[in-house]
Amino acid sequence: MPVIEVTSLHKRYGDLVAVDDVSFTVAAGEIFGVLGPNGAGKTTTVECVAGLRVPDRGGVSVLGLDPRRDAAQLRQRVGVQLQESQLPDQLRVAEALELYASFYRDPADPAGLLDRLGLGDKRNTPYKKLSGGQKQRLSIALALVGNPSVAILDELTTGLDPQSRRDTWALIEQIRDSGVTIVLVTHFMEEAERLCDRVAVIDRGRVVALDSPAGLVSAVLPEQRVRFRPSAPVDDRLLTDLPEVIAVHRTGGQLVVTGTGDVLHSVTSVLARNQIIAADLRLEQSTLDDAFVELTGRRPAV
Amino acid sequence: MHAFGQILKIETRLFLRDFGSPVTTVALPLALLLVFGLIPALRESDPQFGDLSFIQYFAPSLLVITLAMSAVNILPTVLATYRERGVLRRLATTPASPAALLAAQLVISLATILVSAALLIGVGRLAFDVPLPRRPLGFALALVLGTAALLALGLLVAAVARTTKSAQALAVPLFMAVMFFGGVYLPRFLLPDFLVRIGDYTPPGVQALLDAWTGTSPHPLHLGIMAVVAVAAGATAAKLFRWE
Repeated sequence: MPVIEVTSLHKRYGDLVAVDDVSFTVAAGEIFGVLGPNGAGKTTTVECVAGLRVPDRGGVSVLGLDPRRDAAQLRQRVGVQLQESQLPDQLRVAEALELYASFYRDPADPAGLLDRLGLGDKRNTPYKKLSGGQKQRLSIALALVGNPSVAILDELTTGLDPQSRRDTWALIEQIRDSGVTIVLVTHFMEEAERLCDRVAVIDRGRVVALDSPAGLVSAVLPEQRVRFRPSAPVDDRLLTDLPEVIAVHRTGGQLVVTGTGDVLHSVTSVLARNQIIAADLRLEQSTLDDAFVELTGRRPAV
Repeated sequence: MHAFGQILKIETRLFLRDFGSPVTTVALPLALLLVFGLIPALRESDPQFGDLSFIQYFAPSLLVITLAMSAVNILPTVLATYRERGVLRRLATTPASPAALLAAQLVISLATILVSAALLIGVGRLAFDVPLPRRPLGFALALVLGTAALLALGLLVAAVARTTKSAQALAVPLFMAVMFFGGVYLPRFLLPDFLVRIGDYTPPGVQALLDAWTGTSPHPLHLGIMAVVAVAAGATAAKLFRWE
């Protein structure tokens, strides 16, 4: 049974349709990415899942519960980290975590959680004095302090430097390994590629793709390029006869073979059979970034 | 209830940690009482003040400082800041309700006002022979209604202001009007009569406080206006208030 089930979700603000028609399911223990350009309806979608907004149409079920009707039960079991949510300046790290722990029936140990998130030596630091990365980690800690079954994390690493971003990613994997199902809203393709088991790309309020990051790339942009310098002259037909190969180009001493599927394997096999060595062999594949542009016609934020 | 208790505890700590809040709400009026009280001439009864001493005449205005600071300055600013920073929204995702935070802020405002009133009355009595309120019930009623009217106005500001800045833009003029008509900037005997009359009906109703303190029953119309302001502003605030 899926942990989260969203069916034909629709939400408008006045004349503006924020979410037109969104459906997806999230399985237990999955890291599920919600991608899309700014204003695509990502945040509204997860806010409906979190029970913060009432959808105009469609169904949302989380852990078999209705986010509106069973709000009290769900808040005990769903941890939410909101985009741009801050704490009072003078509130200290440990105070914040202990306060939030007091809201839950079965909270995590605040001190242990702080250590796990690398905030152990910041216990008495006021919120104002924390760095961006530390604030973000505290925010994640607050989402996890209730020992949730599901964590919804919105724009997790926006505004973080590359090192903090990588630390945060490692942390998210650690959390998933402890059995938490994670919904990650992001517009960083690198983040989605690295963390997510599956992603839904949302554009203009609709799901335009739903797959694993690798599956999504090969479905949208199946072409790959194999580049190498052959040790002996190669007859083009040797390669163009292969079913996976689409085209062969030469640039300088380099051969560029464009193809799909297992093109790398077929090319190297046929070269080996002909005793040709492929030097400086490189495989170029499209990234999630390219697939995103292809799908939405827009560049993802960098 | 457990969550509310924890929120109240933390919010109280934050209130005390923010040095300016306890100073302006409690220490400042008390310090002014001490300064004026140490001037002998101001302790003598004067026909200009209906045979009261200046201290006695001015004490309700000192209480207005606490009321204005706490209810129409600090309360709306804190709430608007919490909303702007997403503190209220974040709380809405937990089993605790942002209403608990609002309630905690109201409790802190009320407690501040009570502490300051007790200090002004107590120190005035012990140090400068200012009599205790002669109409304790009337005084309590005037204080409760005046406080309710100002808190409701403070909540109304918090309800309509979307950001901290706009909350301050609304709160500061309101705060200054309350202070002015409460006779804080200029003692009311220096004001033209029509301004004094306006002040009688301006929350928190300094005349009703003075009357009950010095022995006359507070005028029902003065109290009635405070009740009307409290209910009208409170109801409008409740209707307009948004957690985000």
